[in-house]
Amino acid sequence: MAEQILMIALSPTMETGTISKWEKKEGDRVESGEVLCQVETDKAVMDYESIQEGVLLKILVNEGEQASIGTPIAIIGEEGEDITELLSSIKRDVVSEKSPEVYPKEDVQPSDIRKEVVSDRISVPKIDRIMASPLARRLAEQRGIDLAVIKGSGPRGRIIKRDIVSYIEATPSTASFEVISPGEKDQIIPVSPKRAIIAQRLAESKFSAPHYYLRLKVRTDDFMKARKALNQTLESRVSVNAFLIKFVAETIKRHPIINSTWQKDTILRHGSIDIGLAVAQDDGLITPVVRDCGNKGIIEIEKELKELISKALENKLTPEEYSGATFTISNLGSFGIEEFTAIINPPASAILAVGKMEPQPVVTNGNSIEIQTLMTLTLSCDHRVIDGAVGAAFLKDLKDIIENPIKALY
Amino acid sequence: MPIITYREALRSAMDEEMARDENVILLGEEVGQYDGAYKVSQGLLDKYGPKRVIDTPITEEGFTGVGIGAAMAGLRPIVEWMTFNFSIMALDQVINNAAKMRYMSGGQFKVPIVFRGPNGPAEYLAAQHSQALQTLFVHIPGLKVVAPATPYDAKGLLKSAIRDDNPVVFLEGELMYAWQGEVPEEEYLIPIGKADIKREGSDVTIITYSKPLRVVEQAAQELEKQGIQAEIVDLRSLRPLDEETIYNSVKKTNRCVIVDESWPMVSVASHVGWMVSRYCFDYLDAPVELVTSEDVPMPYNHKLELAAQPSVEKVINGVKKVLYI
Repeated sequence: MAEQILMIALSPTMETGTISKWEKKEGDRVESGEVLCQVETDKAVMDYESIQEGVLLKILVNEGEQASIGTPIAIIGEEGEDITELLSSIKRDVVSEKSPEVYPKEDVQPSDIRKEVVSDRISVPKIDRIMASPLARRLAEQRGIDLAVIKGSGPRGRIIKRDIVSYIEATPSTASFEVISPGEKDQIIPVSPKRAIIAQRLAESKFSAPHYYLRLKVRTDDFMKARKALNQTLESRVSVNAFLIKFVAETIKRHPIINSTWQKDTILRHGSIDIGLAVAQDDGLITPVVRDCGNKGIIEIEKELKELISKALENKLTPEEYSGATFTISNLGSFGIEEFTAIINPPASAILAVGKMEPQPVVTNGNSIEIQTLMTLTLSCDHRVIDGAVGAAFLKDLKDIIENPIKALY
Repeated sequence: MPIITYREALRSAMDEEMARDENVILLGEEVGQYDGAYKVSQGLLDKYGPKRVIDTPITEEGFTGVGIGAAMAGLRPIVEWMTFNFSIMALDQVINNAAKMRYMSGGQFKVPIVFRGPNGPAEYLAAQHSQALQTLFVHIPGLKVVAPATPYDAKGLLKSAIRDDNPVVFLEGELMYAWQGEVPEEEYLIPIGKADIKREGSDVTIITYSKPLRVVEQAAQELEKQGIQAEIVDLRSLRPLDEETIYNSVKKTNRCVIVDESWPMVSVASHVGWMVSRYCFDYLDAPVELVTSEDVPMPYNHKLELAAQPSVEKVINGVKKVLYI
C-alpha cells in the first residue's frame, strides 16, 4: 500500500525545509533508517532518515524546493504500484523558492512554465503565488528584484509597473532605471533560510531584551602560562575558547542568576550550564553548545568543542547541538578586534564578547610601568534578568579567575 | 491642401480609377440616376454612362452575384450596398463565391471586386438598420476588409481596393460621409494592411478603426487634460491586420484599450485583444480592455441608442482601468 512521506520537523524552529539533495531516486529501494534526502532547515543541512520502507515511487518536492512540515514530499510503496489515486488526493503545499530560479532565463516563455505545472498531474500545486502584471515581472527580473519584497497596489494586490518603479526609487542602492553607477552592478541576494532565522532571532533579541554592557580589561599572562603548561602535557592543545568556557562555567556556579531565561511571568534558572560558542560559517553563524560545562573538565570541554566546531563548519550540526545555550561566548580576538559588544543569543540572558590579547603598558601599584598582556571582555546582559550589580559581580569574578586560573579549582 | 468630405473623397477615388481603367464599373441600388442613396456616386453616371454606372433592382444577392461574375470575367466592379444591413442578403455570394473562387479554381479565376457602403449604426434607424457587421466579413479567409475613418484614408484605400485582384470589403459610415479632412490633389495610394498612428502618446495605446476614431480622439483630448498621453492606433485595415504597428505601440505604452463599435463577442476587438495578450504578454501592465457596443440589438430610443455605443466616457473609463486610476 503506497503511502506519503511527509516533511518532518528536523529542528525545533523549522517550519519549512528545502530539499537540498535527494539521496534516493525514484525507483530506488529504501530501508528504514536510510537517508532519503538532505533537508536545509533554518539552521543546518540535515539528513532525512526514512522511517518507512519500500520503493520510492514518486518525488513530489524537487531539489531546491521547499515543503512545510506535514506536507508530502514523496510517495513510497511497492514496486509498480498504481499511485494515481493517491497522487490526485494529495494537495501539495509547495512553496516555490522566491528566487530568480523561478524564471531561470529571460527567454523562458510563460507557456513553458505552465506546461511544467500541468504535466505534473498532481492537482494544482498550492503555490504561494505572487500576483504581478507580466510587465512588472519582467522589470523585476531584469533588475534582479525579488517580487516578494514588493507590495502590489493593483487589484487584489497585483504588483504593477508603478510598484516596481517606486520600489526602485525608494531603494537607491538597487539598480535604478537611469542612474549608471560607476562600479559593478548591484546584486540582489536571496535570503537563505539560515540568514532569515539569524535576522529574526537577533532582531527579536535586541528589540525585546533591554541590553546593557559591562566592560573590563583582564590580564592574561598567568592564564596563558597555565595553558602553555597544560598543553605541554597533552598530545593536542587545549584552545583559549575551551579555557574561557571552563572559566565562565566556574564563575556562573557562583552567580547562577546569569544562567537564566526571562519567561515573562517567571524566570527560568537553568540547572545545567550549557555554553554556546559563536562560530562563523560561510553563509552565517551558528553557536554549537557544550552541555553541562559546570561538571566537565577542561579536556572534555575541548574535545567536545573541537567536534562541534568541525561539524558546524560542515553544516552538519543537529538542532540538539546548536540550540538552547544558557550562556554564549563570542570571540573575535583572532580577527584582531580589541573589543566589541555582542547581541544576546536567546534563551541565554548574557553573552561575553572577547577581544584580542595584546601586550600593553600598565601603570602598576608601585607607580611604575609594566608590560602586561591584556584582553578586553564585554558582557551584554538582559536587564530583565540580570541587574547591573549582578552582572558586574559576575564579570569581576570572571576576571579574577582568568587572572588566577588556579581559582577555578575552588 | 484642400479640405473635402469623406463622401467626396470616395467619389474622387472612384472617378480617378474609372478614368484610369475602363474595366472599373459601379453597380448598385440608385447609384446612377439618383446619384447614390448618400450621394457618393454623384455625377458618375453623367461622366461614364449607363454601361459603367449601373442601377440595379433591389436584389442584393442578384447584383452582388452579377458583380462577382463580371469580376471573374475580367472587369473590376465596385458593388455598392445601400447599407451593410442589406449585405446579409448577399452573404452567400460573398462568402461562397467571391471569397472562395480564386482558391477553388487553383488561381485560374481572380475576383477583383470591391463591396462598399455604409456600415454600423447611424441614428434613429432601430435594430435591423443599425448594425456594425464587419465581423461577418473579417471572419472569412479570402476576403480583405478595410475600414478607413478619414477622407484621406478613404480615398487612398478605395483606390488600392479597386486595383486589388482580390475581393475587398470596404466599410464606410452614414454619419461619416459628411466628415471633412485634408486630401491632396495629387494622386496617392494607401496600401491595404497598414495601420496608422493617429496620435502619439506614451501612457496607453487605444486601438480603434472606422467611426469610433472621433470618439477616441475626443477621449484622448480629455485624457491629455488629466496628464495622460494616449496613443491612437487606427487599424484602417481589418484583414490583413498590421500587427507590427499594434505590437510596437503596446510595447511602448504597456497598456491597451480597444474601441470597436460592433458587438463584443468574437469581434475584431476581441481578436486584437487576444493577439496583444499573446504577443505583448511580457509588456502588459494590465489586462487588455475592450470598449464595444453593448451586447444588445440596437434600441430605437435615442438615449438608449447612444448608451449602447462606445462613448467618450466609456473610452476614458477603459483607459483609467488599464492605468489603475
